[in-house]
Amino acid sequence: MNNKLIFYLLIFIILSCKESKLNLNRIEGKRIEINPNIEINDSIEAFIAPYRNHIKKDLDSIIAYAADTYSKNNGELNTAIGNLMADIVISEANPIFKRRTKNDIDAVLLNHGGIRAIIPKGPINARTAYEVMPFENKIVVLGLKGTTVKKLIEYLVKSKRAHPIAGLKLTIGKNNNVISSTINNKNIDPAKIYYFATSDYLYNGGDNMTFFKENESFHDLGYKIRNAMIDYFKKTDTINPVIDNRFIRKD
Amino acid sequence: MKRRNFIQKLSAGTALVGVGGLTLQSYTAIKKQTKITILHTNDVHSHIDAFGPNEGRNANKGGVARRASLIETIRKGNPNTLLLDAGDIFQGTPYFNYYGGELEFKLMSKLKYDLATIGNHDFDNGIEGLYAQLPHAKFDFVSANYDFSNTVMNTHVKPYKTFKKEGIKIGIFGLGIKLQGLVGKDLFKETEYLDPIEISQDMTRILKTEENCDLIICLSHLGYDYKNSNKISDLKLAKATKDIDLIIGGHTHTFLSKPTIVKNVEQKNMIVNQVGCYGLYLGKIDFYFDSEKNKTANGTSIII
Repeated sequence: MNNKLIFYLLIFIILSCKESKLNLNRIEGKRIEINPNIEINDSIEAFIAPYRNHIKKDLDSIIAYAADTYSKNNGELNTAIGNLMADIVISEANPIFKRRTKNDIDAVLLNHGGIRAIIPKGPINARTAYEVMPFENKIVVLGLKGTTVKKLIEYLVKSKRAHPIAGLKLTIGKNNNVISSTINNKNIDPAKIYYFATSDYLYNGGDNMTFFKENESFHDLGYKIRNAMIDYFKKTDTINPVIDNRFIRKD
Repeated sequence: MKRRNFIQKLSAGTALVGVGGLTLQSYTAIKKQTKITILHTNDVHSHIDAFGPNEGRNANKGGVARRASLIETIRKGNPNTLLLDAGDIFQGTPYFNYYGGELEFKLMSKLKYDLATIGNHDFDNGIEGLYAQLPHAKFDFVSANYDFSNTVMNTHVKPYKTFKKEGIKIGIFGLGIKLQGLVGKDLFKETEYLDPIEISQDMTRILKTEENCDLIICLSHLGYDYKNSNKISDLKLAKATKDIDLIIGGHTHTFLSKPTIVKNVEQKNMIVNQVGCYGLYLGKIDFYFDSEKNKTANGTSIII
């Protein structure tokens, strides 16, 4: 009874004091790291468990090994992980493309931003492919005239990012001038059609790669980049990609 | 027996007057501050589990179950807390590929998120994919510069929302990034992108003068800053507008070790913050409101 009365009286006091206008007087800001010093909330953990176990069963068998840790931040204009991705697109998609069109894929262009995780040293499973390539992007092949390929090269030079490429070789000078550009080690013929593989995302103008719209032919392989990675890992014992000279700057 | 009760009541009453009197006299000393805590995440990208032990600099960090404990502790310390997310909730782990965002929304609901805005990756399963997951979200979405009128999301996203915590009114509006060139048209469909600065000017006017908010927060997925580019960013928005106290950002995965103080168009200090990505950090901004009348708003001190 006493407590109840005290409670009501306090409420009355608080309410009667409400009239004074409050001013913002101090702001304090910081970030808090989520690390193992913070205990796990058991009920949340228990809620996640059945979802996690279902996915785990599906994804966690070892399909290859990584000789090292590969990150898209390691390398200026080409990276080991990007080179691996672009090479995988050629090796896995070319047999499908060739069977359908009798042509070969000449080159590949993906985007640096599309690599969403590192490949850590050690066992690789399908989960690794999901982390690196979480998007449902499919491989498409476009017939591009040599003149359009020049636009693609201008884009690469201007962006100065390690967008993954294969088949195409590009050397630029310190003033961002093109010193040499080749496809399959041959100079680019403005009149020739080159078959470029990329993702449906980039074909649709992602990362402003608008030049893909200027194509002479379009082939949707209906093959997800992630599935190409998983297929490649399954037939490879140990991956060991390197930074090479496919896109470099010469001073 | 009855008489004893009466005496007890009476004496209690007398005592209470004393307590009450004391409280009233010392009121300004005791009850002088209201603290509003804003907790925020951005670009969590379906990172429900903590990173594994071999994941480089992120090793063993993050995880929703730990974030839940931290938020619970902070809420216990201050019930006047709001929990916000600045978008890109979806895409980044198999949880999204397998369940389409269901688990992300269910967990955010369990963590009692109050509000979120929409990031470009939240369109990754198409606008229908986002719409399909809405029943799992017990929190609202705000976006002032996406016009969803001709899409399935129409009426499901408000431009802003207001909250009242211990007499303090907080207005929060959302901003999204330009979708053209970032998300396939087949995914965002008829979603219209409107100019963030113009919309922010409208929003702050409404929240300040019509809604009489004490605190105005912008939940943005525009990105922190774009060097050598005229692309709109949180820093540009902050400098070009007024009456926003805090911009909580996302998209650029910018790890700010502390919030950035920016002078707005009226040369008043305000704050821009972003906590990287993947649920590695929780942002925490405390606003202390003081009842002393001799203080002006310009006297606000920012401690970071």
